[in-house]
Amino acid sequence: MSSLIVCEQIWKTYRLGDIDVHALRGVNLNIEAGEFVAIMGSSGSGKSTLMNILGCLDVPTSGAYWLNGQDVATAKPEELAEIRSRTIGFVFQNFSLISKTSALENVQLPLFYQGVSLKEQRARAEAALARVGLAHREHHYPAQLSGGQQQRVAIARALVSQPSVILADEPTGNLDTESSLEIMGIFQQLNREDGLTVLVVTHEHDIAAYAARQIVMKDGGIIRDHATEPTNPAISSHFV
Amino acid sequence: MSSFLFMTVLTAFRFLNRNRMRSVLTTIGIIIGVGSVIAMVSIGEGAKSVIQSQVASMGTNMILILPGATSVGGVRGGQGGAVTLTVSDAVDLKKKLAVLRETGWAKRDVMQVVYGNQNWNVPVNGISPSYLRIRDWSFTSGGPFTEAEMEATSRVALIGQTVVDNLFTEGEDPLGKMIRIKNVPFQIIGILAPKGQSPNGNDQDDIIFIPFTTAERKVVGTQFLGTVGALFASTERTEDLPEAVEDIRRILRERHRLRPEQPDDFTLRTQVDIGRVQEGTGETLTIMMFSVASISLLVGGIGIMNILLVSVTERTREIGIRMAIGAKRQHILVQFLAEAIILSMAGGMLGVVFGIAGARATTLIAGWPTIISIQAILVAFLFSVAVGLIFGMYPANKASRLNPIDALRYE
Repeated sequence: MSSLIVCEQIWKTYRLGDIDVHALRGVNLNIEAGEFVAIMGSSGSGKSTLMNILGCLDVPTSGAYWLNGQDVATAKPEELAEIRSRTIGFVFQNFSLISKTSALENVQLPLFYQGVSLKEQRARAEAALARVGLAHREHHYPAQLSGGQQQRVAIARALVSQPSVILADEPTGNLDTESSLEIMGIFQQLNREDGLTVLVVTHEHDIAAYAARQIVMKDGGIIRDHATEPTNPAISSHFV
Repeated sequence: MSSFLFMTVLTAFRFLNRNRMRSVLTTIGIIIGVGSVIAMVSIGEGAKSVIQSQVASMGTNMILILPGATSVGGVRGGQGGAVTLTVSDAVDLKKKLAVLRETGWAKRDVMQVVYGNQNWNVPVNGISPSYLRIRDWSFTSGGPFTEAEMEATSRVALIGQTVVDNLFTEGEDPLGKMIRIKNVPFQIIGILAPKGQSPNGNDQDDIIFIPFTTAERKVVGTQFLGTVGALFASTERTEDLPEAVEDIRRILRERHRLRPEQPDDFTLRTQVDIGRVQEGTGETLTIMMFSVASISLLVGGIGIMNILLVSVTERTREIGIRMAIGAKRQHILVQFLAEAIILSMAGGMLGVVFGIAGARATTLIAGWPTIISIQAILVAFLFSVAVGLIFGMYPANKASRLNPIDALRYE
């Protein structure tokens, strides 16, 4: 059986004026289903570009990318939208909830775009919110929730479509330490209990420490890829 | 699908509600456009109905025959300048043409009328009894004179309401009173029911009718006995009018011994022709009003487009998030179109309300008659929705073509 994510010689080149900028220089990467991976690197290392390509928001300039055995590198924008909708759950750094829209409705949104019936949308969104410990906050608006709670709603929204992989781009970047630990605890729990594949992009070591595998990028290439002993999640279970 | 529509509309309403002031300002253009279309059309329709009733007040299926222009040695007189029509023309037409219900004739002159110490200058018409039937005159009191009275050149008069108002004091009954027309005493035997304005704006009630023979021999005077100022005819049915006109023309040309190359020495006009001229004026007005209203709808549409473009920019990041979590292009497109259509529809509905209110206010304040046209309401409303659709297309398309990465990175 092939891996969940297979990248071969991925290049991404931007043109800035007359200069070609190589954001990615021949990245090779395999990620198996059920892994918890942290992608690290300073800004400009190419980790965000890699994330965009892995998340099917962008296509590589050259190279091959198979997601779930499907060739994504040559997909058209509409096909990418379909793949994002079915197989990827995003969690962004900035609170990415739609404002003036309740937590429940935010979580329903991916299912709405899939054309799921309203009744099923509600049931699954309620379940996803319960999974991140926010069953009692369904009808709150984003502005009424703390940063950590908002990010948990975002995780529920990523979960609700039952994706093959969750991509989190600096999910704790705007959170205080306690909330950050909470969020990472949830990712770890989802990974361990539900077998969900989780990819976290971060530049903080203690956040990356929750993952079982760390990939370090620099200048558009992977310079280190190694398994680690993840931080004990015990401290994070108190809120569930 | 229904849940899709529901959510789309809900989302659109939520956003419009979030920017309530902006939404209201945006719709003002549409409100004014739709409102003015409805108010204008109502006023136009009202004016048209007045014209129609004025035309109808002239009589029923009436044909007017005026003497033609004289031409003496190249000098042409005006219309009605010649005395080419006679009583025997009228009698002969009635005899020969079964399509004519009646023919009548009249001769008029403005003369001083005296009652007691009051005097008034009035157009005095010598008429055949049939004239009153052709022109649909009725009476508030008294009645018409008879054929016998006409034969006898009786000195009897029928007077219009305006004459009554000017010669008699209020409450005085003019019936049976004697008035002097050009110093000839006449007894009033009928008061005419008011008709109001003619399509030309003349007061039709400022009038006195006396028997034609009396006018000819005792009051107005004439060069040749039996010549008339105008002939009148009427048909049973409106659709007979064109045929009757051609028949009358043929017979009159025969009677006047006109050679084929000679022009008519008379002019024929039907009530339908007269009405058409007036309606033409009304239509010009309506077209003008429609173009003014269309321009304001256009401006309103541009307003909607403008505000949606701002909204697309403001919500770039939100659009990026929606795309990341699975929204396809058409989802974004439909969402923005829904906002545009809701805006224009709301504007259209408010416009309908304001338009009807405006028409009512015109009637109340200016006293102009207005008729609320359901057709105009429907057309204006649908047009406003179409404006939303057309002007929403560009911003919606722009939003749907955003690149998700750029949109997500947008601050």
